[in-house]
Amino acid sequence: MQEIRNYTMNFGPQHPAAHGVLRLLLEMDGETVVRADPHVGLLHRGTEKLCESKPFNQSIGYMDRLDYVSMMCNEHAYVKAIETLLGIEAPERAQYIRTMFDEITRILNHLMWIGSSALDLGAMAVFLYAFREREELMDLYEAVSGARMHATYYRPGGVYRDLPAQMPQHRESPWHKGKDLKRLNSWREGSMLDFIDAFTADFPTKVDEYETLLTNNRIWKQRTVGIGVVSPELAKAWSMTGPMLRGSGVEWDLRKKQPYAKYADVDFDIPVGVNGDCYDRYLVRVEEMRQSNRIIGQCAKWLRANPGPVMVQNFKVAPPSRVEMKENMEAMIHHFKLFTEGYCVPAGETYAAVEAPKGEFGCYLVSDGANKPFRAHLRAPGFAHLSSMDSIVRGHMLADVVAMIGSYDLVFGEVDR
Amino acid sequence: MSDTSAASLAEQLVARFGDTLNVSSVRQEVTAEVAAGDLIAVATALRDEPAFRFCELIDLCGIDYLGYGQTEWDTETVSGTGFSRGVEGQAQGRFTWAERPRGVNQPRRFAAVIHLLSIEHNRRLRLRVFCEDDSLPMVPSLTLVWPGVNWFEREAFDLYGIIFDGHPDLRRILTDYGFVGHPFRKDFPLIGNVEVRYDPEQKRVIYEPVSIEPRVLVPRTIRNDADLMQAKAEAADHWREN
Repeated sequence: MQEIRNYTMNFGPQHPAAHGVLRLLLEMDGETVVRADPHVGLLHRGTEKLCESKPFNQSIGYMDRLDYVSMMCNEHAYVKAIETLLGIEAPERAQYIRTMFDEITRILNHLMWIGSSALDLGAMAVFLYAFREREELMDLYEAVSGARMHATYYRPGGVYRDLPAQMPQHRESPWHKGKDLKRLNSWREGSMLDFIDAFTADFPTKVDEYETLLTNNRIWKQRTVGIGVVSPELAKAWSMTGPMLRGSGVEWDLRKKQPYAKYADVDFDIPVGVNGDCYDRYLVRVEEMRQSNRIIGQCAKWLRANPGPVMVQNFKVAPPSRVEMKENMEAMIHHFKLFTEGYCVPAGETYAAVEAPKGEFGCYLVSDGANKPFRAHLRAPGFAHLSSMDSIVRGHMLADVVAMIGSYDLVFGEVDR
Repeated sequence: MSDTSAASLAEQLVARFGDTLNVSSVRQEVTAEVAAGDLIAVATALRDEPAFRFCELIDLCGIDYLGYGQTEWDTETVSGTGFSRGVEGQAQGRFTWAERPRGVNQPRRFAAVIHLLSIEHNRRLRLRVFCEDDSLPMVPSLTLVWPGVNWFEREAFDLYGIIFDGHPDLRRILTDYGFVGHPFRKDFPLIGNVEVRYDPEQKRVIYEPVSIEPRVLVPRTIRNDADLMQAKAEAADHWREN
């Protein structure tokens, strides 16, 4: 009798379903996975070491580039850690803005996720629909920070600037003119908050559209129901957080359990799954989009009613205004010192965590009293999730591995750091 | 995460473990230092005992305390030639692979820092394990207590060279295949040691020593003067007024 040997297969790093640069070594017995060995690090940039060589504020931009589909949530963790060490607190309005943009980011992330993981499993259309709404949310990023992705909007002590009074409009071009231009600008007549109101009123119908495409879709269910089942015990043992943990029925959300920013003051629900399979995690994420939309609406309402400062009045960490800088010697000195040397953070260590769209994103910051972090460690949810790959996909079919990679919601910017 | 919960956790830890742990509580964050030899027993107890139930290991990372508290720019004292004019010596990021500091000796240089989360009690705990031997930093592996620690330990091994005794699969994880050195150590140059390019003559990818110059724009400064002196001056004013 002839001996049958297992076949080792290389999945990625160029495979489109590898979500970037995952290289997966799969030991196959026919179509069945016997062992999975993910190789990561192809996108390792040494962010943590780079942070150690720069003043605190100059590393905020690196945070956007970690998980590059949930930019502001990463900034939030880093900024929160610095604020804890400095012992300062952002003004209330800045905290509402942060809460709102964290949720905008969550929708951005989940839209990217729903589009790309549906694409992995053969549903082309969802991707196109999801990117339609992403465009509007990215315009919000651009309106407040000037950048569509890598915003660097959160700063220790608040946010860089207040929400703009006028939402930027599309200008006439050979591609956008006449009726088309009018449609594009129909939400943009007023302020940014008007735009957000129009968006939040409209978005639930858009989520319904995605659900029409997927929730009862026979192929989608065949590919996800009962696939990649994670029991609550397994999820805890493998350090899972976020939708991975909630999909298994564990009601754990930092926004409720350890509230930060203004999450204690807004009303929202935490969806949890029952079976812990890919389909439940899909349902959890879709419901999270609806809940995020609720939070955005509440924050916009508060922000409309309560003008105020968005940055602490402490020139050791926040720059003075341009006008002040040109009239006041003291302000000039503060400005110069802040942008050349930065500020010194008292010696100590802290761990600040936020509920990022993918799970718990944490920043462990050690300062020895200098103007640069002594050690900055970033706890990326995707890194912990991916490490459980081997124990979950054993015994699954090859095509289910693709479903599982999609369900992890991986972004290699944060896994590799 | 109320104040009472942090205080009570610290008390509970002292009551349960006594001298095994060195517990401190700052800003409602509890840190416990544990010797490498006691780590497994303490971790198992923290996971299983109903008072703690730290069922989830959130994070493990390495840390290199070399040069902790060192400044490149003396801002407090003045010499015969005036104030310190800036950067002298080769602090972090300012040396190449050939110039890297060698034979440095600092007691308690490497540590592994572990963050635990108790979902049941909604509490966090930080454990710190110092490695006893600098030249061969070693810590027992926690993979049998929390399987999720696997990759975190591989990462700390890769970046800091901390060896996790008993780890089933201690390979490099983030750096390149065949990488030499542990890049996050403070005596490893920021610019790295090799660069990689495609060589059209040999028709393959080749490794070469880095060609870029080390460049750090802002000196590392520890100032406790400004805020401290301002506070002192204000206190003095206050005293004069009364």
